[in-house]
Amino acid sequence: MVYLCLVKFSKFMEEKSCFHCGLGVIKEDQIVFDEKVFCCNGCKTVYEIFSLNDMTCYYDFEKSPGATPIDISGKYDFLDNESIVSKLLEFQEDKTAIVSLNIPHIHCSSCIWILENLQKLQKGISISQVNFPEKKVRITYNPDVVSLKTIVHLLSSIGYEPYISLENYETGKNNVDRSLTYKLGLAFFCFGNIMLLSFPEYFEVKEYWLDNYRPFFRWLIFALSLPSFLYSASGYYVSAYKSIKSGMLNIDIPIALGIIIFFVRSTFDIVMNYGSGFFDSLTGLIFFMLLGKMFQIKTYSFLSFERDFKSYFPIAITRIKSDTSEESVPIYDIEKGNRLLIRNQELIPVDGILISDKAEIDYSFVTGEAIPITKKSGDKVFAGGKQIGKVIEMEVLHSVSQSYLTQLWSNDVFQKNVEQRHKSITDKISRYFTPILLLIAFSGFGYWIFIDSNTAFNVFTAVLIVACPCALALTAPFTMGNVLRILGKKKFYLKNALVIEQLAKVDTIVFDKTGTITTNKKSNISYEGKAFSEENLVILKSVLRASNHPLSRMLYDFLPETKRLKINDFQEITGKGIQANIDGIKVQVGSADFVGKSKENSIQQTTVHIKINDVYFGKYIFNNQYREGLEELFRNLSINYQIKVLSGDNEGERETLSSILPKETELIFNQKPEQKLEFIKKLQQEGKNVMMVGDGLNDAGALAQSNIGISISENVNVFSPACDAILDANEFKKLNYFLKLSKKAITTIKMSFALSLLYNVVGLSFAITGNLMPLVAAIIMPLSTVTIVSFVTVMSNFYARSLK
Amino acid sequence: MSVIYLLISISIVVAIGFFIAFIRAVKTGQYDDDYTPSVRMLFDDELVKKASEEHIQITEKQP
Repeated sequence: MVYLCLVKFSKFMEEKSCFHCGLGVIKEDQIVFDEKVFCCNGCKTVYEIFSLNDMTCYYDFEKSPGATPIDISGKYDFLDNESIVSKLLEFQEDKTAIVSLNIPHIHCSSCIWILENLQKLQKGISISQVNFPEKKVRITYNPDVVSLKTIVHLLSSIGYEPYISLENYETGKNNVDRSLTYKLGLAFFCFGNIMLLSFPEYFEVKEYWLDNYRPFFRWLIFALSLPSFLYSASGYYVSAYKSIKSGMLNIDIPIALGIIIFFVRSTFDIVMNYGSGFFDSLTGLIFFMLLGKMFQIKTYSFLSFERDFKSYFPIAITRIKSDTSEESVPIYDIEKGNRLLIRNQELIPVDGILISDKAEIDYSFVTGEAIPITKKSGDKVFAGGKQIGKVIEMEVLHSVSQSYLTQLWSNDVFQKNVEQRHKSITDKISRYFTPILLLIAFSGFGYWIFIDSNTAFNVFTAVLIVACPCALALTAPFTMGNVLRILGKKKFYLKNALVIEQLAKVDTIVFDKTGTITTNKKSNISYEGKAFSEENLVILKSVLRASNHPLSRMLYDFLPETKRLKINDFQEITGKGIQANIDGIKVQVGSADFVGKSKENSIQQTTVHIKINDVYFGKYIFNNQYREGLEELFRNLSINYQIKVLSGDNEGERETLSSILPKETELIFNQKPEQKLEFIKKLQQEGKNVMMVGDGLNDAGALAQSNIGISISENVNVFSPACDAILDANEFKKLNYFLKLSKKAITTIKMSFALSLLYNVVGLSFAITGNLMPLVAAIIMPLSTVTIVSFVTVMSNFYARSLK
Repeated sequence: MSVIYLLISISIVVAIGFFIAFIRAVKTGQYDDDYTPSVRMLFDDELVKKASEEHIQITEKQP
């Protein structure tokens, strides 16, 4: 009784937030179990565990639909293949094996909890550890007791299906580069200790023991500065050397020069007993510059910006041997003439010819178009499509590397090193800065040499030290790092900080149509024909409910909520439609020739025709649903940018599009992937800075070719082709804001450059007159650093908030 | 007065000790994931123990 009351009571409480983890529940994603709402399977399973303990009787209710694991039977059969498994493992010895699995679903604390307690669900697993930012779980298990396949099945059964793709197969282990962390730690260690030991020098108290021990302090400081100078700053020397070699003046040259002069002069000072040198400022600057670097390297480790077809393709596929037995083979082993078995939801890895009678193939990865295409026996099927429905057989025409889609990757754009294509704003400024700096240093030297050769050397080094463009070097990393973070919070993920500069330079924006400016989540459905009676609507909805075809499901969601009727005799004819019988009423839903209507020769449209009791009623037309806020976004963008829309589709949508979009928008239809790439190339040859916004694999070439490629993704964790930035589809309407913000980031950097130049002028006036005291340097250096850093942070935050 | 040598040396040695600890922490990957541990430490030990008993039942029911 008590339990009953408890459950009844809790019914009222769990309306809006997840019962277990308390996160807000989005209506579409919610999971209802025991009449409670859950945000994810982890939460639900945890709840289940509790209910088992306290409320055993309610366990009889069985799992709710949300918990029904996705059917994966056969999908992971390739994990029986020893050689494939060993490539996936991170470590393997007789009784221990370690595997890192990518699980896109990981998103809340319950996920962490349930995944770290796997050993209680499955014997043989000893440790499982989640890396939340990377959405990975690392499982240590005993291969004698449990196989990787069992683990994968277990994970799938609790709703955490791992994502295993060809990419895992090739990389295996990945080495983490932690050198920047070491360098930063070391720089901080040196900086902190040197600051402490420098204190007596700052005050220059004429005290006996301080004077007495001065050499000891100084040499200790010198020793402490060595690791920072030699190791922490080493990146700057290497970069400076490289840039001199390649003949490009980048900001690292004056920095490296400054650091070295700094060190030599300070060492000289203490050797000759002139003063204490500037080791405190030197190490401080190295530390702050490294900190800026660290700040800029904000990585979205759960996202991948380098995806090519490999991350989409499965590792292995079922091949039918000549004696009709099946085997799992790695997809690189597929040869021409092989017969393959493709299951429901499996990706077709190679081009081939369909052997089975019918197939429904979803090319949404490739084109962004959600509605599957029907293929008949003997038709060509292309790699990248996903089979929906029954198991099909196909014969291979090309191996993986020669397939239509994968050949796109042999294009030059994918071999190019992206980093070297553009110079950063700091590098541009340093092109002027370095010569001017050297000029001042030498003229100062030239002036003083006639008066006092000793001062001349001092002035020369002091100029180089003070003007060391460290403030300049700090500006960009801190601004970019901050903007990167702000954009990331707004679900616009950039590959690196350089992308912001590129964003600010864009003058032409090219959009892909399907999947980019349209959404495949919703469809705009309209009806043409005779009106339905209330009863007919009920019948129609009940029939649609039984069908799994995406169009049926969309239409089902579109029709108003009704009661359900029992269907007798339901038939789904692949590629044609569905036929059902309800209380003697015959219902036919499907293509035009299925309901016996002749095809109209108007523009191609996706339609579903309805026939009830042999009476033709009419058709539902599926129009592309454009993304929310598209009109406004394009109107705003067209003020400052040239906009073009590329589409792989036919011209069916031209009228609708041109009515929504601004008049100047150029619309180009029937574009193949290579044509899109060529189109971008042509624009660039005209001197345009092109931004490409796309989604599917067919845009991959264009995304790589463009100055900046943005990939729109409905689910940022899973699918996006190689690009410079990933934009969450829901934030599409904010694109203009992002562009504006990137421009403001550049403005901030320029303002900050002006500020740091001001510091340089002040510092130089001290230096050139030969008055650079250690105390002055000790004040100017950290002061400029701190003000620059706080200035850029405050400014970029201000712009992020004030822009609309 | 030579106590200053001793004191400074000690302070440097202590600092180096911490520095080595930091290097080891980075090496073992403690800085690779700075989010998960913060969640993990909040999981109640007791809760885990309880769950383990119940899980035996669950595993039986699972295929």
